[in-house]
Amino acid sequence: MMRALILLLALAGPVYANEAIVTGLSQNRVQITANFDGSEILIYGAVKRDAPAPQGAPLAVIITVEGPSTPLIIRRKERVAGIWLNRSSVTVDAAPSFYAVATSAPLERILSGTEDLRHHITIPQVIRAVGISDEAENAPDFVAALERIRLDENRYRIAENTVQLVEETLFRTDVALPANLTEGNYKVRLFILRGGVVLDTQERLIGVRKAGLERFLFNLAHQQPLLYGVISLVMAAVAGWAASAAFRFVRS
Amino acid sequence: MQIYLPIAEVSINAFLLLGLGGIVGFLSGMFGVGGGFLITPLLLFIGVPPGVAVATGANQVVASSISGVLVQMKRKAVDFRMGLVLLAGGFIGSFIGVQVFAWMTALGQIDLFVQLSYVLFLGLIGAMMFQESLRALIRARRAGAAIPVRRSHIHTWVHGLPLKMKFRASGLYISVLPPAAIGASVGFLSAIMGVGGGFILVPAMIYLLGMPTRVVVGTSLFQIIFVTGFTTIMHAINSQTVDMMLAFLLIMGGVVGAQIGARVSTKLKAEQLRILLAILVLTVSFKIALDLLLQPAELFSVTPGLLP
Repeated sequence: MMRALILLLALAGPVYANEAIVTGLSQNRVQITANFDGSEILIYGAVKRDAPAPQGAPLAVIITVEGPSTPLIIRRKERVAGIWLNRSSVTVDAAPSFYAVATSAPLERILSGTEDLRHHITIPQVIRAVGISDEAENAPDFVAALERIRLDENRYRIAENTVQLVEETLFRTDVALPANLTEGNYKVRLFILRGGVVLDTQERLIGVRKAGLERFLFNLAHQQPLLYGVISLVMAAVAGWAASAAFRFVRS
Repeated sequence: MQIYLPIAEVSINAFLLLGLGGIVGFLSGMFGVGGGFLITPLLLFIGVPPGVAVATGANQVVASSISGVLVQMKRKAVDFRMGLVLLAGGFIGSFIGVQVFAWMTALGQIDLFVQLSYVLFLGLIGAMMFQESLRALIRARRAGAAIPVRRSHIHTWVHGLPLKMKFRASGLYISVLPPAAIGASVGFLSAIMGVGGGFILVPAMIYLLGMPTRVVVGTSLFQIIFVTGFTTIMHAINSQTVDMMLAFLLIMGGVVGAQIGARVSTKLKAEQLRILLAILVLTVSFKIALDLLLQPAELFSVTPGLLP
């Protein structure tokens, strides 16, 4: 079976081998400052070829943006003696904190199941949940719930038909990064496809970092926790005293 | 105006946070409760992660309590000696509470335990206070202009215990054991429930110790400053969940609210003050009970896991 698949790919490969991607990003660094309110990133590119575009299946583009992954615990509430409480849980090894997929046409038309498995493009493919079936009954429900919750929170997005493709050569899309962004490297992946098969891919990174006061407070909290705690208290004490003094001044 | 919180890692409207701080500060100044039992659920509701909500809530309570206690000190309404006795008990109780908290966490049902404690204690104390203050209000109304002669407190077995001490500001001469025990149980509960414990302390001082309502608010605030200060430091060291940016905005709203609340409280009668606090406590208890009993819209919840 596997061998047949490889053979098939080898046969299918050369037909489209002359197409490659050239890409660019409007920015490859995002700085989170105190008034950070999300950021829009323009991802653009072109298809480079050494021969005229082949006939047949049209060209399609898929762009994904993936935030840093973390392990997650998904819990399910059950009713016990009239009270709803967390009963069973499943631990997911790694799920991205943010994931956006933008495509030039509906996904099921341009991406085959095997290529999705190979390149991890759709949401279920980027959630790494191996060996969860032992942890709870109906373990797949938990992963489905994770996808549903994060789609609702706008942390995960599927935006079909949002990549503009001109003359099968130039393409562009905007990805809006939300305001509640986690720090880390955001991986941008670009795919060009024909007839469900990926022809070429490229990867870029966007570094998302806290800056200024945010950076300072975060570092202080983690490197000097005792000092940080004391400063928090002093701030609270001074603010409490100042308000009291200010009101006395206003009244007199 | 959106502001990004560095520890919570969420972006929230700054005026919303100022407003929340203001409301909680107002109640804190008015009733002498820290407001921890309000600020934590409110922060969770607007999307702050639970750990950050508990730790930063404690930090905010420190500020509003200091602001409130300064007003009460001007009116000579703080019994420092009583406050210190309560505090000594409080630290012992809180130390035991932290151990129990860790034990419950290991068992994996800490959320339920905390929620049940809230429902139980808030419900019980709220109901007791409501019933008592309602009766006092009705009595006052029937009597009309003639205010019945009321003894400052009733002598019970509590007053027969050894180690007696004079609490001049409260006009009491009682054993230090009952206040120390009350302080200890409040410290224990505040470590488990993540609150300052004012809503337990205020009625306990009025009904169990027989302290005059006039000094109860100030003394309670005085004790809360230290308990929540201790909690803030512990959270900052153990879990790095104190968000100074969030705390700053809550505090700015809170200290102003506390000043207004403390002034409003002087305009109200003690019975009215108690009945309002009782209603507030009962409402929060009722809300948490509903959460436990009604089927939630989303059965699943996602929390960050630790790296194995």
